[in-house]
Amino acid sequence: MRIEILDMPLPVAEVMAELRSGPDGAVCVFDGIVRNNTRGRQTLHLDYEAYREMALDQMRQLASDAIAKFPIRDVALLHRLGRLVVGDTSVLIVVASAHRGAAFDACRWLIDTLKQQVPIWKKETFVDGAVWAAGEPFPAPLAFTHDPR
Amino acid sequence: MRVNVLYFGVLKDFFAAEQEQIELAAGAFVADLINVLRTRAAGESAIWTSLAVAVNREYASASVPLHEGDEVALLPPVSGGTDAH
Repeated sequence: MRIEILDMPLPVAEVMAELRSGPDGAVCVFDGIVRNNTRGRQTLHLDYEAYREMALDQMRQLASDAIAKFPIRDVALLHRLGRLVVGDTSVLIVVASAHRGAAFDACRWLIDTLKQQVPIWKKETFVDGAVWAAGEPFPAPLAFTHDPR
Repeated sequence: MRVNVLYFGVLKDFFAAEQEQIELAAGAFVADLINVLRTRAAGESAIWTSLAVAVNREYASASVPLHEGDEVALLPPVSGGTDAH
């Protein structure tokens, strides 16, 4: 497993090349990039920040869970922080597997789950203002609720 | 006892701090800390219905007990990776 949070451009080609191995029949890559707009507002840049230690713990756990849950051989999960501009890679997920179905499934599960529970946030700066991106609601087991006791 | 509270994302802007020490009664739970912080921002109900709390870097429910020196993070809904749409 290769799990990293970096303050520099992600080494996409290097990670893709190093993950492949003899038993693999498929390497599935999700390269998440900064788009030039959000709901029609023109994006200038995004600033990503993280609760870094916890985010790394969560990313390691997600990678381990993916390997336990899907018949895949190896996973790389990298996220970039700091100021990113249109076209930059913010998140890179690479899954190596003997068969393509599991590689696709695991890759999809990893990005969907990362976006719900890894503590990383982005502030979006548009040509006409800036906002913290509205995140997805936390899954019920993680959300804070005033439970009775 | 004192705990170290960390704020992230929109909460960092809202509390105008990245972290602060909060004094709590011995035996306090996560819920008690949130109640203390809530009194400062009672009108901002959206914040308090969508957050998660981590104690020492693990997600924690309201009934988790706190201890001297704990690191308690208030986490707004996360927005890493790329957009949902």
